[in-house]
Amino acid sequence: MKILVPVKRVVDYNVKIRVKPDGSGVDLANVKMAMNPFDEIAVEEALRQKEAGAATEVVVVSVGPAQAVETLRTGLAMGADRGIHVKVDGTVEPLAVAKILAGVCRAEEPGLVIMGKQAIDDDCNQTGQMLAALMGWGQGTFASKLVLGAAEAQVTREVDGGSQTVALALPAVVTTDLRLNEPRYASLPNIMKAKKKPVDVKEPGDFGVDVAPRLKVLKTVEPPARQGGAKVGSVGELVGKLRETGVIR
Amino acid sequence: MQVYEAPLRDMRFVLHELHGLDRITALPAYAEATPDVVDGVLDEAARLTKEVILPLNAPGDLEGCRLENGVVRTPEGFREAYAVFRDGGWPSLAGDPAFGGQGLPECVNKLVEEMICAANLSFSLYPGLTHGAAKALEVHGSPELKARFLRNMTEGTWAGAMALTEAHCGTDLGLMRTRAVPDDAGAYRLSGSKIFISAGEHDLTENIVHLVLARLPDAPPGIKGISMFLVPKLIPGEDGRPGRRNGVICTGLEHKMGLKASATCQITYEDAVGWLVGAPHKGMQAMFTMMNEERLGVGIQGLGVASAAYQSAAAYAKERLQGRALSGAKRPDLAADPIIVHPDVRRMLMTMRVNAEACRAVGIWVAQAVDLSKHAGTPAERKEAEDFTALMTPVVKALFTDLGYEMASLGVQVYGGHGYIRDHGVEQFVRDARIAMLYEGTNGIQALDLVGRKMPAHMGRLLRPFFHPIAAFIETRKGDAALGPLVLALERAFGMLQLATGQIATAGLKDAEEAGAAATDYLRLMGLVAMSYMLTRSAEIAQEKLAAGDDADGFYAAKLASARFFTDRVLPQATALFLAIKSGKASTMAMPEAAF
Ligand SMILES: Cc1cc2nc3c(=O)[nH]c(=O)nc-3n(C[C@H](O)[C@H](O)[C@H](O)COP(=O)(O)OP(=O)(O)OC[C@H]3O[C@@H](n4cnc5c(N)ncnc54)[C@H](O)[C@@H]3O)c2cc1C
Ligand SMILES: Cc1cc2nc3c(=O)[nH]c(=O)nc-3n(C[C@H](O)[C@H](O)[C@H](O)COP(=O)(O)OP(=O)(O)OC[C@H]3O[C@@H](n4cnc5c(N)ncnc54)[C@H](O)[C@@H]3O)c2cc1C
Repeated sequence: MKILVPVKRVVDYNVKIRVKPDGSGVDLANVKMAMNPFDEIAVEEALRQKEAGAATEVVVVSVGPAQAVETLRTGLAMGADRGIHVKVDGTVEPLAVAKILAGVCRAEEPGLVIMGKQAIDDDCNQTGQMLAALMGWGQGTFASKLVLGAAEAQVTREVDGGSQTVALALPAVVTTDLRLNEPRYASLPNIMKAKKKPVDVKEPGDFGVDVAPRLKVLKTVEPPARQGGAKVGSVGELVGKLRETGVIR
Repeated sequence: MQVYEAPLRDMRFVLHELHGLDRITALPAYAEATPDVVDGVLDEAARLTKEVILPLNAPGDLEGCRLENGVVRTPEGFREAYAVFRDGGWPSLAGDPAFGGQGLPECVNKLVEEMICAANLSFSLYPGLTHGAAKALEVHGSPELKARFLRNMTEGTWAGAMALTEAHCGTDLGLMRTRAVPDDAGAYRLSGSKIFISAGEHDLTENIVHLVLARLPDAPPGIKGISMFLVPKLIPGEDGRPGRRNGVICTGLEHKMGLKASATCQITYEDAVGWLVGAPHKGMQAMFTMMNEERLGVGIQGLGVASAAYQSAAAYAKERLQGRALSGAKRPDLAADPIIVHPDVRRMLMTMRVNAEACRAVGIWVAQAVDLSKHAGTPAERKEAEDFTALMTPVVKALFTDLGYEMASLGVQVYGGHGYIRDHGVEQFVRDARIAMLYEGTNGIQALDLVGRKMPAHMGRLLRPFFHPIAAFIETRKGDAALGPLVLALERAFGMLQLATGQIATAGLKDAEEAGAAATDYLRLMGLVAMSYMLTRSAEIAQEKLAAGDDADGFYAAKLASARFFTDRVLPQATALFLAIKSGKASTMAMPEAAF
């Protein structure tokens, strides 16, 4: 079985981001970029399935600018077999990404797509769900456990108040949550091999997708600075304060 | 808490821009080491050292190693971290591909070593010793011994140890007593006691391969009667797996100032089975070929600690609020200004920073020469690179480790009293850094190696690949208006180095004590010139980038500032050293021994 893993290039999670002075977005100049952490978990899961014999090939795909190849190489250095780079500059919204991925799915016919539940830059949490809908496939989102069979996948999902296990007919889309696994460090031999692994370059047009944004960003602002805290003496005083500040009525 | 982020930007600058990695990748042996591969390697090494190795540094220092029933336990977490490190293929980074190595160049390896040493000096010794032992075996071992041991050592599945020192013999190995007698099976039986053996016994690997220096029954007395033997802790069976326990016994652990998570062992060899490595009585030569690379590695330990100490100090200086800036309050909104505003704190931070940057540049210069000495296209190029490596090895070892210790101490100073107590982890840097000035030949011995062996060798031939490029650089840059002051200062220091060289060569020829008295000062003087040359060349590149408006992250402006500070505030030490050397040995040797 082939597993397809979409990976996104985002601001490294260690970086303290800053809003551009004109409020048009986040300042990305000279900022360290890395693979979206949830996508790392997705690559790890695909590799584990392959190592366990449940899959035969892991293909990573990234939709993004020229530098997205670096993100693909990260996935290849972890152990993925090949990459697909769909080259787009500028913002690509979740729906456009999902449409492109649907095109890739039609061409590649994977048995399973494993992807991050969300990207830590815009936190949309939409692409996996949209892809499943576009393909008419089942979806197991927020996965904390995946048991992969030949025709069916059992996915344990993290839901409000506990966990839920669903059985999905394949092909299907699984999105990863933090507790699914702990991604490996790329080994030195794999880092060196990564360069020689093939990366196909495509464009959105190859899949007949128009990536023009449908959303308009009005303004980006820093979150308000935290106000200093205060100690209260009793529950009564606490409730009073919460009323005062309008938190409860 | 200790903080450390590998200085990747500066590492890339040194590797790609200053020294030109393309010179190395142009060699067929290193064709794989393309810039994207190397960057990928450095990125992942940075992650691994920060996330896996650094967190064990302070706890490992507190816990230390324990000896329980002859078995050494490393601190908690070391086994797991070593397993991640080994499984990732990191021990074999620069190893011979014929034995499972990755065959990457030494100039990349040294940067990765710097990260490991900065994150956790104790940890660095386990792969470091293995690397050294594997190297000696690679160069001097018989094909049978290599086939039996080298792959496991290259891959880090088995560790290595180097056993030279005995209680009564450290620097003077000619006094050695450990004996080896031939058995009837073509092997030898070793008996004797060694002390201070790093990684002589531990629990990180399933086997440990000792390279032991000992005397054969027919050995001539003194240093010419030493042979090298391979003595495994467990003797591999027919299947190549570790088998019968050999007579290699850890009888104690040393209690020491720092480096606490590195097991420093007393080892007794009791009728231990060993095999000769190299020719009989040629153990010192065998040890020395390997020692060159090991000494570079120890130099990198000093650099690593200096770099880590700088990062902690810089972070603290931006947070700690004490006093007001002499030029008026900088942060009136706060109770006081952060101490980074004070000129004296700046002096300390800048000193730490530029010494680390300059050592990194010198270190990779030499590491590239190691690569060229092995794989350059022509014999002449290889020879020249070998000369340069031989000359610079004692400089790198002693200069970097002296500075490592000095910078670690400055780091404590920036922290004030908070540096002296344990909580921030910066006093550990001082204790850990101290050893690197001693082992692999004390720094005093390095200086003697430089003036006594390297300088006079082949009528001064080894000096040429150092002196000639610097002279040419000065000659061609003298007129450069912007670079001018830096070049002028370099020229002055270089002139003093040339004069000192001449004086030591002449006076030393008549009276060896003259050379001995000047050695340590001379080594530092040469080190300062090397650092100045590196930073001036860096400044030249930085200026070109700045002129082209290509400095989005401010790196090149900072590089220029580093070069200027070094030139203004560090390089003047050259004059003091020169005057000290010029005064000769008289006042050093005049005091009657009884007066001490
Ligand atoms: C933590 C630690 C780890 C070590 N690891 C190892 C290891 O793995 N394997 C191993 O074999 N050894 C190891 N050593 C030993 C180390 O290499 C020796 O301590 C070192 O070589 C110095 O020898 P020494 O201690 O006997 O000092 P000495 O030789 O007694 O030197 C004392 C002082 O005299 C000076 N001196 C001595 N002879 C001369 C001379 N001819 N000219 C000028 N000055 C001289 C020295 O520079 C030094 O300042 C380790 C030591 C320590 C502390
Ligand atoms: C073992 C030990 C014993 C001690 N015993 C005592 C004791 O008995 N009684 C007691 O009261 N205290 C004691 N101290 C505290 C000690 O005197 C202080 O640690 C010392 O005064 C430095 O203050 P600090 O640690 O807050 O460093 P900081 O004041 O934070 O200094 C940090 C760094 O900034 C520099 N710096 C700060 N301000 C300026 C400035 N204006 N201009 C230039 N540079 C500046 C300092 O030189 C230092 O390098 C002890 C400390 C230790 C570690």
